[in-house]
Order: sequence, then structure tokens, then C-alpha cells
Amino acid sequence: MTEDDKFQRMIRSQKFLDRIPHMGAIGLQLVDFAPGAVTVRLPYSLDLVGNPDTGVLAGGAISAVLDNVCGSAVVARVEKSDAFATLDLRIDYMRPAEPGLDVFAYAECYKVTRLIAFVRGFAYHDDKAKPIANATATFMFTGQGKLAQATES
Amino acid sequence: MSGFRETFQLMKQANDFSGLPLAVPYAKFLGIGVAVQDSRVITTMAYADKLIGNTTLPALHGGTIAALLELAALFQIAYEIETEAMPKTITITIDYMRSGAARDTYARAWATRIGRRVANVRAEAWQDDPAKPIAAANANFLLA
Repeated sequence: MTEDDKFQRMIRSQKFLDRIPHMGAIGLQLVDFAPGAVTVRLPYSLDLVGNPDTGVLAGGAISAVLDNVCGSAVVARVEKSDAFATLDLRIDYMRPAEPGLDVFAYAECYKVTRLIAFVRGFAYHDDKAKPIANATATFMFTGQGKLAQATES
Repeated sequence: MSGFRETFQLMKQANDFSGLPLAVPYAKFLGIGVAVQDSRVITTMAYADKLIGNTTLPALHGGTIAALLELAALFQIAYEIETEAMPKTITITIDYMRSGAARDTYARAWATRIGRRVANVRAEAWQDDPAKPIAAANANFLLA
């Protein structure tokens, strides 16, 4: 098994998220993985509440999850373990998260160029038609000399 | 009515924001501290290992920087306005300019416009030099 095969195996497992300390800190779980698309679950936690009067999760916590799931979608799309960094991230909040409920987030990497990956995603509870927040992100590959190879063009 | 608004107003009157993490649990989780200099809220995110996104570099998780910028923008508006309700984020766009090193991070924000219903805010985060931001954000908040 080559290093890249190992990488492919690893990113299909929870280990991929466990390697990211902040995602371990908020308890993010991998739910589904497909080429270029990832779904994660954020368990409800009082630590992540923005308004203690209502118990609603902080927008920032949703942002962190969306940032991560968008990055994960890039990993799910490229063949090699190229390093990349978030270039920009836009989050639109449609509704507050329901107190006490887990939040799911889905993202798909829909285009990869030599240097840039384009991703869209959203957060929801149980109905994808009722999103909590929408995300659009771009990432730049920073691996020196190792450019991304899209799994499909 | 909002406990956050009341708490924030009391902190504002006393110019003591040490109780802020009690008003916003997520701020406590991120290690957020707040101080005010010349009517500008300076929001600090104290370094902790759990904020790391990339252990190789190492670098802060982009999501924590997004959260810091959003909180900094929110606190600046809360500092400037007098309404009861806690402002709600409508949209935020974050530009990442430099990777965040494993150290304390600071953020400040400017309300470019505060209207009756919407506030437009610009926020910047930096580590060693405010003139070299690691990330910046534009955010719109619903006020009513």
C-alpha cells in the first residue's frame, strides 16, 4: 500500500477528524464520506452555546464546523495529501440551531484547479431543505511543488 | 429581553468585561477575553492546544479565527448600540491572509454602518502586528 493509499484510507475514517485538535475539542464526528463530499455531525454541547438564555449554539461554532467540513470535502476530492489553506469562507445564517439538537453539516468540493478548490456546504438538523446556515469556501493548495490531482475532472 | 444585553450593558458601565464568558459560554470555551481601548473593543483568544487545526505547522483552526472575528464584530456592535436584543449574524465573509500561529490572537472591529435593523461590520484579527492581519471579516448583523 502506497502512502497515498494509506492517506485515502485514513480520510475515510474518524481518524481524519481526530487528527485535528479543535475538531476533537468540539466532538465532531464523521457521518458519511464520498468522493468530493463529506457529512459530519456536531453533538449539541453547552460549551458551544452563544446565548445561555435560549441555549442556541453560537454562530461561531457553526462557522467552525462549516469551515472544517468544507476543508474535508477538498480532502475527499483530491488524491494526494497536499496541504491547503482556507482562502475565504462565507457563511449565511438562515435560522438559529434548535437547542439540544445535533447539527449536521454537508459539503461538496465541486471544482478543483491547479491552485484553488471551490466548495459549497450547509448545516442542518434533520431536514436538508431547512438549512441552518449555508457556506461557500475557497481553498488554496500550499504544498510546495505538489499540485492537486482531481479524482475526476 | 436578553440576559446577554443586560450583562453586557452592566459590564460596559463598569468597563469590566471579565464576566463576559459567563454571558457567552462559547466565548469561555474559546478562551475569549475582552478589553476596551478608546471605544474600541479588543477581543483576545488565548492560545490553547484545542484551538489547533493543523498539528504539522502548527496552525490555529480557521474556524476558531472565524469565530473570534464574529465575536469581535458582535461585541463591538453590542458596545455601540443600546437595543435590548442580542444582534444576530446574518452573513459573515472571512478572508484568510496568513496562517494563525500557536499563540494568542487579537481582534477588533469597526461598525461601518449601524442602521435601524442591520449593522455592517468589518473585523480584523492579528497576532504580532495589527498592521499584518492574519484574517479579516465583513459581517452583517440583524439588530431587531
